[in-house]
Amino acid sequence: MQDHGRHGFQRVGLCPGGAMDPVALALANALVGNPPGDAALEITVIGPDLMFEEDTLVAVCGAEFLGAFPHNRPALVPAGSRLSVGRAIRGARAYIAVAGGFAVDPVLGSRSTYLPGRFGGFEGRALKHGDVLALRDGGAAQRFHSLRKTRKGTVSWSAPPLTLPDREPVLVHVIEGQHHASFDSTSQRAFVDTVWRVAPESNRMGFRLSGPPLGRPQADEILSGPTCLGSVQVPPSGVPIALMADHQTTGGYPRIAEIASADVARLAQLAPGGKVHFARCSLEIAAELRKHARERLDSALRGIAWEYGRK
Amino acid sequence: MARRAIAPLGVVPLGDSAAYVEFSTTLDLEVNSVVQGLALAILKRKVPWIRDVVPALGGVALHFDADNAEFPAQPLEASLELVNDCLKQGLAAKDDPGREVELPVCYEREFALDLGEVAKKANLPPEEIASRHAAAEYRVLMMGFAPGHAYMGGLDAKLAVPRRASPRAVVPAGSVAIANEQTVVYPYAISGGWNVIGRTPMVLFDAARARPSLLWPGDRVRFRAITKARFVELAANQ
Repeated sequence: MQDHGRHGFQRVGLCPGGAMDPVALALANALVGNPPGDAALEITVIGPDLMFEEDTLVAVCGAEFLGAFPHNRPALVPAGSRLSVGRAIRGARAYIAVAGGFAVDPVLGSRSTYLPGRFGGFEGRALKHGDVLALRDGGAAQRFHSLRKTRKGTVSWSAPPLTLPDREPVLVHVIEGQHHASFDSTSQRAFVDTVWRVAPESNRMGFRLSGPPLGRPQADEILSGPTCLGSVQVPPSGVPIALMADHQTTGGYPRIAEIASADVARLAQLAPGGKVHFARCSLEIAAELRKHARERLDSALRGIAWEYGRK
Repeated sequence: MARRAIAPLGVVPLGDSAAYVEFSTTLDLEVNSVVQGLALAILKRKVPWIRDVVPALGGVALHFDADNAEFPAQPLEASLELVNDCLKQGLAAKDDPGREVELPVCYEREFALDLGEVAKKANLPPEEIASRHAAAEYRVLMMGFAPGHAYMGGLDAKLAVPRRASPRAVVPAGSVAIANEQTVVYPYAISGGWNVIGRTPMVLFDAARARPSLLWPGDRVRFRAITKARFVELAANQ
């Protein structure tokens, strides 16, 4: 279970966490009439089988998963029926949102599960077979009723897949990290020339990238400092690690690059084995990309809100 | 005591959503003390576009809420300006966090997994490791690695030994460990490479507490030696 994240505690070493793809989370929530940062189920590579005890308005949004459910659209799942989500066929992560949201108490201002600390979300852990999740009353039927349907009983529109890659390798923009200049020129070039693969031992804390090892001519230790979502740090092994949602808040490894925030969600849509390459950009361009991404999301959210608002 | 003039070296972007205002590239306790006061001064201003302020060893990181209506067009410049403005106002003595925390620690063999090795490297009798460790006053210089995990400065120079050659896959929760010139306490059972010389029964981080972390940046920390019996008693009350 993940929401908008837990902010304000990085100074005591607690990362914000939250959805790996906050754009898909916002769209999933909007599709069922929830606030964009509400908690939803983050499903990674393999989806669950969910049995619903009551009529529930549901949306699956983000990566495309196998299964007989409408993708990126709201759907009314009748009481006693099942939503079976198979494996991901494009992208890696999707969000299952339910109208009204899940009835779990926030911990330190967030319903996000923080696995390493075993708190937040549903009992501080990943969901397993047999778990029963309580839902807040979402007035599902009423909400769904307010939408205009086709003869098949679904809506004629869908949320845009804003974070799904059209191609692989995925292009991810980076600005130079604080220690970029301390890497040798071969490594600096290799960083942008290489098609990196997301290594199997990647998780919500970080993506390890397989490719040529990166080196620094003077392997001096740097003073430990702050890190950020999207920092790319290089430990002595030379294998770069892109820090993801559950990253450590400080680190002692040199940072060769910082990923443009607009592209972090797109990187999060890669499964292990997925390919990525980096393109350097200025801080100004990274800020522009962020604004454009925000505008695209806002525009999609307005479109969905309009569908809910019209009679 | 008059403080020497301490000013930022510059501001480093941590991507487009955070900035690191750096004061020193090496560990300097006087600089760190200014950083701690500065972080508190920034927090007190409740700047709407800043949602995390992280004092680090040699500077302070500001994490932005770029969706906030007041988020500036030039966030790096605005960050530096904010820092300089706080410094200009002067960091009052009350901005020194300086909360005092005492942590009970059992230094007995059962918990002091690396005592023998540390004693050998430091060329000191094992019992002196504990007494020297418990005699010093420490300061939380930075937190990170895990929630509630504090890097504390002030370790007796005689105890400054390097990290273990190979990290332990699992260091028990509450382990008190040393390396180089710092000491840490592991809040969870996690992997780590510091030399373990004791264990505290206290819970370092509990998300259900109003103040989830036992230690906060800038805290002054003392370790008090306790017996195994007392350890068991305190652990039961946690």
